[in-house]
Amino acid sequence: MTKKLVAVKVNGSLVEKAVEPRTLLIHFLREECNLTGAHIGCETSHCGACTVDVDGRSVKSCTHLAVQCEGSDVRTVEGLAKGGVLHAVQQAFYQEHGLQCGFCTPGMLMRAYRFLQENPAPTEPEVRAGISGNLCRCTGYQNIVNAVLLAADLLQQTADLATKEVA
Amino acid sequence: MRTDFWQTPKKQMPETMMIPAPFDYHAPTTLADALALMGRLGPDAKLLAGGHSLLPMMKLRFAQPAHLVDLNRIDALRGIREEGRTVVIGAMTVENDLIASPVLQSRVPLLCEAAKLIADPQVRSRGTIGGDIAHGDPGNDHPALAIALDATLVLVGPNGTRALPADGFFLGTYMTQMAEDEILTEIRVPAIDSGTGHAYEKLKRKTGDWATAGAAVVMCMKGGLVDNVRIALTNVGPTALRAKDAENALLGKPFTDSAIDAAVAAARAICDPQDDLRGDVAYKTAMAGEMVRRALRKAASRCH
Repeated sequence: MTKKLVAVKVNGSLVEKAVEPRTLLIHFLREECNLTGAHIGCETSHCGACTVDVDGRSVKSCTHLAVQCEGSDVRTVEGLAKGGVLHAVQQAFYQEHGLQCGFCTPGMLMRAYRFLQENPAPTEPEVRAGISGNLCRCTGYQNIVNAVLLAADLLQQTADLATKEVA
Repeated sequence: MRTDFWQTPKKQMPETMMIPAPFDYHAPTTLADALALMGRLGPDAKLLAGGHSLLPMMKLRFAQPAHLVDLNRIDALRGIREEGRTVVIGAMTVENDLIASPVLQSRVPLLCEAAKLIADPQVRSRGTIGGDIAHGDPGNDHPALAIALDATLVLVGPNGTRALPADGFFLGTYMTQMAEDEILTEIRVPAIDSGTGHAYEKLKRKTGDWATAGAAVVMCMKGGLVDNVRIALTNVGPTALRAKDAENALLGKPFTDSAIDAAVAAARAICDPQDDLRGDVAYKTAMAGEMVRRALRKAASRCH
């Protein structure tokens, strides 16, 4: 089958590649862009380890074609930290020890990143519902939930600080 | 330390890699172009909506279409608007947009509540109401909801547009009234009156699972009697099922425990589930009855 040219913004940089239409977004990111942060867990859209952001929505990149991303803005876990400074969700997962083996973590981080924009001040049950598409087989979720709640606080503090500085 | 698995040569990799068989991809931006493509490509082409049923089937090689016609670039197929007493939902509207829609929250809140029970947040950012219906999977939730809500499905094909009631649209597992060269464009749902009760009860083992059994109810009461009721069941037969006898067991009667029991028994009588990891036939049938009971009670509590 003929390859198709796709132009995608990945973590802010334009990537242009010729891909087979059947190439899944997760394989495109890992094999064409060398971004191996997003993980291949179940390949059946259950586990959420491959979660990335596409045009401001969390998606499971194992169930999304790379060709469908033409013109899209894709963000992966590699795009979270800026200039060596961890993003608030990363800082919070680190502080709360929101991981054990770490396999689900890139997906958890990207889901938390988007979820906290959808709901900046969530309750604990809302956090649990918000990350219900991400499976962790180690932690029992408690520290992950704590981390997402802490990240919400950290983001709020940063926002408050920014408002103060402007004022 | 065992290291042999590191050296597994590529040719010994399982043949069923989770990658679809090759296909050609088309991304029309108008409905007319999509229809023309479907007409030209014939039965080797499949429509791609959210892809959360079709892509997994393609990865498992249960489906190997030669062409995919992606509807995601057709903006006209998305969105929710009111036309008088009818809420018109574009077939490509994703579940998360149903949940967030102020129009649905006020006019058809049943769809917002039910959509939250479908899959998980990521899947809901891709999965569409139209794909859920057109796929014809009895495990999907929108078919029973559409039947209970008395929705009308608008199909556009080479010979024009037709509007079919959801009740009667589903012919069998993966079989609907939609022809291969037709596209489901709209789901037209009558707004729920403020005094009308509604509920969707779905038993599932875990987030993301299909229903073990589910029941959708829309009902209203008048002078202490059940004035109107529609009941439909999810995943307990080859299609979503309208529980007509269960409705008749309630119509015109006071909403008493014995009337509910009769409706539950009538709903169980039409169940024809498949035995699988979610349970055997007897269990699923019993749970369908229980979902009907819970949905009826919840709907009745919302009637006024």
